[in-house]
Amino acid sequence: MVATLIALRFLVLRNSLRRSTWQLVATIIGALYGLAILGLAVVGLIFLGFAPVDLASTILILAGSALILGWILVPLVAFGIEQTLDPARLMVFPLPMNKLLVALTLAGVLGVPGIITSIATLATVATWLRSPAAAVAAVISGAVAVLICVVGSRTVAALSTSLSSKRRFRELSGILIFIPIILLGPLIAGLSQGIATSADALPGLARGLSWSPLGAAWSVPADVAIGDWGPAAAKFAIALATLALLVVVWRWSLGVALVTPPSSSAKRVAKGKTGLFGVLPATPAGAIAARSLTYWRRDPRYARQLIIVPLVPVLLWFYSNNIGSPVLFNLTGPLIAFFLALGIYADISYDGTAFAAHIADGVRGIDDRLGRVWALAIIAVPLVVLGTVVPVALTSSWSVLPLLFGLAAAALLGGFGVVSISSARIIIPVPQAGDNPFKSAPGAGFTTALSGFATWGVSLLLVLPATVLAVLSLVFDSALLGWLTLVVGVVLGTVFLVLGLRIGGAQLDRAAPDLLVRLKSQRSAA
Amino acid sequence: MSIPAGETQPALQLNRLTKRFGEKVAVDDLSLTVPVGSFYGLVGPNGAGKTTTLSMATGLLRPDAGQSLVHGVDMWHDPIKAKSLIGNLSDGVKLFDRLTGEQLVTYNGLLFGLERAEVAERVADLLKLLDLEEAAGTLVVDYSAGMTKKIALACALVHAPRLLVLDEPFESVDPVSAANIRDILTGYVQNGGTVIVSSHVMDLVQRMCDHVAVVAAGRVLVAGTVDEVRGSSTLEDRFVELVGGRTHAEGPEWLRR
Repeated sequence: MVATLIALRFLVLRNSLRRSTWQLVATIIGALYGLAILGLAVVGLIFLGFAPVDLASTILILAGSALILGWILVPLVAFGIEQTLDPARLMVFPLPMNKLLVALTLAGVLGVPGIITSIATLATVATWLRSPAAAVAAVISGAVAVLICVVGSRTVAALSTSLSSKRRFRELSGILIFIPIILLGPLIAGLSQGIATSADALPGLARGLSWSPLGAAWSVPADVAIGDWGPAAAKFAIALATLALLVVVWRWSLGVALVTPPSSSAKRVAKGKTGLFGVLPATPAGAIAARSLTYWRRDPRYARQLIIVPLVPVLLWFYSNNIGSPVLFNLTGPLIAFFLALGIYADISYDGTAFAAHIADGVRGIDDRLGRVWALAIIAVPLVVLGTVVPVALTSSWSVLPLLFGLAAAALLGGFGVVSISSARIIIPVPQAGDNPFKSAPGAGFTTALSGFATWGVSLLLVLPATVLAVLSLVFDSALLGWLTLVVGVVLGTVFLVLGLRIGGAQLDRAAPDLLVRLKSQRSAA
Repeated sequence: MSIPAGETQPALQLNRLTKRFGEKVAVDDLSLTVPVGSFYGLVGPNGAGKTTTLSMATGLLRPDAGQSLVHGVDMWHDPIKAKSLIGNLSDGVKLFDRLTGEQLVTYNGLLFGLERAEVAERVADLLKLLDLEEAAGTLVVDYSAGMTKKIALACALVHAPRLLVLDEPFESVDPVSAANIRDILTGYVQNGGTVIVSSHVMDLVQRMCDHVAVVAAGRVLVAGTVDEVRGSSTLEDRFVELVGGRTHAEGPEWLRR
């Protein structure tokens, strides 16, 4: 049974790669990238075998903790959780829960990230070859660590699924509860960096982490190597307890998720209330803006983009504190502008086949583009203005305000232009409406990352003129150059925006039915 | 919705439409004429190319070759004008289902460029007509399958099109609602509108439509008035005779109790 499920996982992967050559290319590039990182890690771990025990254990614990944290957090913020074996789809078969858990875990370990993590973990044996007992400990505790990674990510996935099976959580609030979790990492790192100002703090941090669920498994071999059997046993127990706890929580939330399919706590408004459709202008573009804004509010796949808003100032504040200069913190507004503008770079993918309505209703491409950017602007402009003015007020560096507004305008307007073109071209696999927003659609991953990075690259290029002026203004301490940044940011940004709207609109007029064909094939792949 | 004097163009004219998906020819050199004021049924087995044909007719799918003329307007030359004449209910595409039913119909009305007051009036009428007033403020995602079909029909009607193209409009609709929808469509045809509907329910097509085309393997096998096509037998018998593929097996041994 377990073997059948594992085989199914690889069959699905093979078939989805067969469907699209580009996806195959992207996967190969991804695999090469992973192999390169793996190679570096293995070489590093072998060299670490010649380093003092203290140094080796500090590095291993810190890197290992980061690895576990990454397994749990990265799916939430970036790529989504790979669910080729979606438990919800296995529900119809009479599978005992334990076998299901084993199969899902093994499928996770045998995925590309799982294999890379396993090999890297196995390479820690090389680090501990100096002491045979420690090497043996490294194999055993390493296996526990890999399981913590995989099971941890599945637990978070199952938790988010069982939470999101309630419509209330599927809306904005469902996203908000993840913000503290996501901020946890930088908060811990930032705080510990703030407490101690030098690298001396790192061994201390590692010592602390070694008693936590994140680092315990990684520090067992180190303690064994220096003969500290007591702490080694205690830490191994912590690691095992962590794994056991994760399995229990996973089992429980999977059980809940399996018997509670997405429910409909049907929300209703009175008849005659059309919400934003009655507020925004009654034109095709206005209607599209109203529809998009309604989705930003009701569809967590959009709301998810807003996580970046609180994240940027907090991260920048910590880094600013570290380097003792407010420059980074002041960049909050422009950075929020950059990220938010790119949030809809594949907007039509999120529409799915519902986009057919725009084609059937004969919507002009330019109206479609305008409406989407309009909705995003209503959300982004106030946030960006706040993100620009508040940090400046807090650090009382009013002299850089024009420069910052110039950068923000360049990033926001230029970004709007870029996404107007990209979302008329790029169709990526995304979770369907109503799915867990953190779930990665089948076959997403590297294709998504590639098209995303390409869009980012173009946007960065467009911000370049304003950035150069801003840097010059800071270097020469010139207010004039600051104001020039503002003018260039606004003027160039507007030019890029108008160009983007026109090119994207023309692209839609020409090829909207072809986009629909691709959307339909995405859907049948899902 | 009266027919302008001197209307000579058919409501929908498909000329030699062809569509391939890779090796498979989904629609093969298909031509069809739907006269103004007709209630036209398009029937065929699964995979016959009905949805593909209707998608190409309504501008949702680019044909490899051929033409679609809507009241004489070429869909692929002047899509915006041609689409404004069509009300389209397509099968196999989703709706913007995070909107309430009322919002969704309003959205479609505004997309067609109607005035706000006009839209509000028509939406109210349509919701009443389709017995969806109760559910006006509910998100479409929470609708049953039948209600979803009905709200999609409202979206197709909101801009008062001259031609309705409905792909499987009766699928999962309950009998009472189906009868109501049929009445609405019949009234629409009597007032000069044209309806083309695809279905596999022969009985329904025989009772409801005045014209019918049988499609299989991407070609029109026979087309004409319902009486011409069925002759002396029922439409269903005639259909099976034309399409073939009826088997009389009892199924495998292990499935018999």
